[in-house]
Amino acid sequence: MNETGKQVRSIARAGITVAAAAACYEIAARSGYFAPALLPTLPTIAKTLYGMIADGTMIEHAAFTMYRVMFGFCLAVVVGLPLGILMARFQRVENFFMPLVSALMPIPSFSLVPLFMLWFGIGNTTTVLIVFYAATFPMLFNTWSGVRSVNPIWLRAAGAMGADEHKLFWKVIIPGAFPFIITGMRQAFLRCWIAVVGAEMIAASDWGLGWVIFDAKEFLNTDIMLASLVVIGAIGFLFERLVFGSIERATIQRWGMSRAAKG
Amino acid sequence: MQEAVTIAVSGAPERPAGSERWRLIARNAFPFLVVGAIWEAVAWAGVFPHRLFPTLEEVALSFVQLTISGILPHHAIDTVIRLLSGFALAGVFGVGIGVLMGRSRLAEDIFLPLVSICAPIPGLAYAPLFLLWFGLGNFSAVLLVGFVSAFPVIFNSWTGVKAVKEIWVRSAQSMGADDRRLFSHVILPGALPYILTGLRLGLAQAWRILVAVEMLAAVPWGLGWLIFGAREFLNTDIMLAGITVIAIIGLSLEKFVFQKIEDYTVVRWGMVAA
Repeated sequence: MNETGKQVRSIARAGITVAAAAACYEIAARSGYFAPALLPTLPTIAKTLYGMIADGTMIEHAAFTMYRVMFGFCLAVVVGLPLGILMARFQRVENFFMPLVSALMPIPSFSLVPLFMLWFGIGNTTTVLIVFYAATFPMLFNTWSGVRSVNPIWLRAAGAMGADEHKLFWKVIIPGAFPFIITGMRQAFLRCWIAVVGAEMIAASDWGLGWVIFDAKEFLNTDIMLASLVVIGAIGFLFERLVFGSIERATIQRWGMSRAAKG
Repeated sequence: MQEAVTIAVSGAPERPAGSERWRLIARNAFPFLVVGAIWEAVAWAGVFPHRLFPTLEEVALSFVQLTISGILPHHAIDTVIRLLSGFALAGVFGVGIGVLMGRSRLAEDIFLPLVSICAPIPGLAYAPLFLLWFGLGNFSAVLLVGFVSAFPVIFNSWTGVKAVKEIWVRSAQSMGADDRRLFSHVILPGALPYILTGLRLGLAQAWRILVAVEMLAAVPWGLGWLIFGAREFLNTDIMLAGITVIAIIGLSLEKFVFQKIEDYTVVRWGMVAA
């Protein structure tokens, strides 16, 4: 009873906290001290959210954002994963790319948005490229350190048992590096999600969740802004928990790998 | 949480002596030379309009001119001040809330739901809201940077305090340590590696978001603003010079702050940064 009892109490308290925070917000919104345009009441936000989902605009915005994220993310995986493996396996490749990567990595992706806008115009290309830029480095670095940290004893053991290069790669190195690769994907996705919102705001195209928020600001539609915030948070949360959580359960935990890369 | 993972940065190569060192420098410079040569070739060939794709000399020239006239340093200093003040806010409140959450179940129950709801939303999504509520300019920018970078600090401090071994606490208590001594001699040192990791992640996050915030918040000075403003006049060379400064600041953060913190924690406590 003890653990479950504690859990029930924690959930109850969490519920109470959220309810109390919502009540505080509601009181502040209704008190009239603040302009209602800046602090809409919760029912207004819910109604706006429902209305936007019902007439399909919110879904379309979300779809555009998702498309950009997925496109950029896939590009990042396609580039980052092989490059990371090559860098870890071949000293020459590492010698060439490592200085470049270390120089590029500390540049926040947003600082490239204005440049990319000039080069590629406003719209999908710019956003996808920014997402790609943001996601490549975590992917690359985690793959790199994952492959490098494969236990050398496993390599020697497999080699002694007669595994050729090909087998060694697929049966030892890739599974060994997998926790890191998954972590890399997770981080990359998180970065994508952050980058896409910012890129959509700055490189205003005409669809996308980031753009909705920014556009709503111009017209003081705070309810739309908060409604989009809810959607952005929900999608990010779902991806993190459902998609990456289940990948992790299906692979790493099943293989009995230590969750070495997890904090 | 998910952010609490260290990205292994290339381990600092051990200091080689004499000719070894020159070879190392040459090896590191080589890729830049290749990329620079390709850039020059493309710029001279005129594949892209010259205004949009300036040669490296022009970028270097505007870099030097802007530096001498003091414009670039002014922008850079404003950006760094904003970064530090936002990060200081995040550090103070983040560590405070995180430690409180780790120590008291009540605080944990109160803050954890709020933090877990607010954390997964990308920081920039709050930007327009902050701008509406707190107006354009410095105040919003600093507040937003602080708010966003507080989350990794909170999560890591919380985890760190929770990760302090129960046995240490109990043995200190049985040796007669009061709450204050327990906190300052057992819990804080025990949680410090985590807290430092959190601060590191927070600073990285603050840095990543600051540039974008400067673009949106219409601050009078700042590198983000410089780049964004230069776009209006097609001054690609100024934009690239600004990006170079951003890269330099980012790189020095990486080298002189993050790695130092990491060395400090890893070496001093003999722990691997979580």
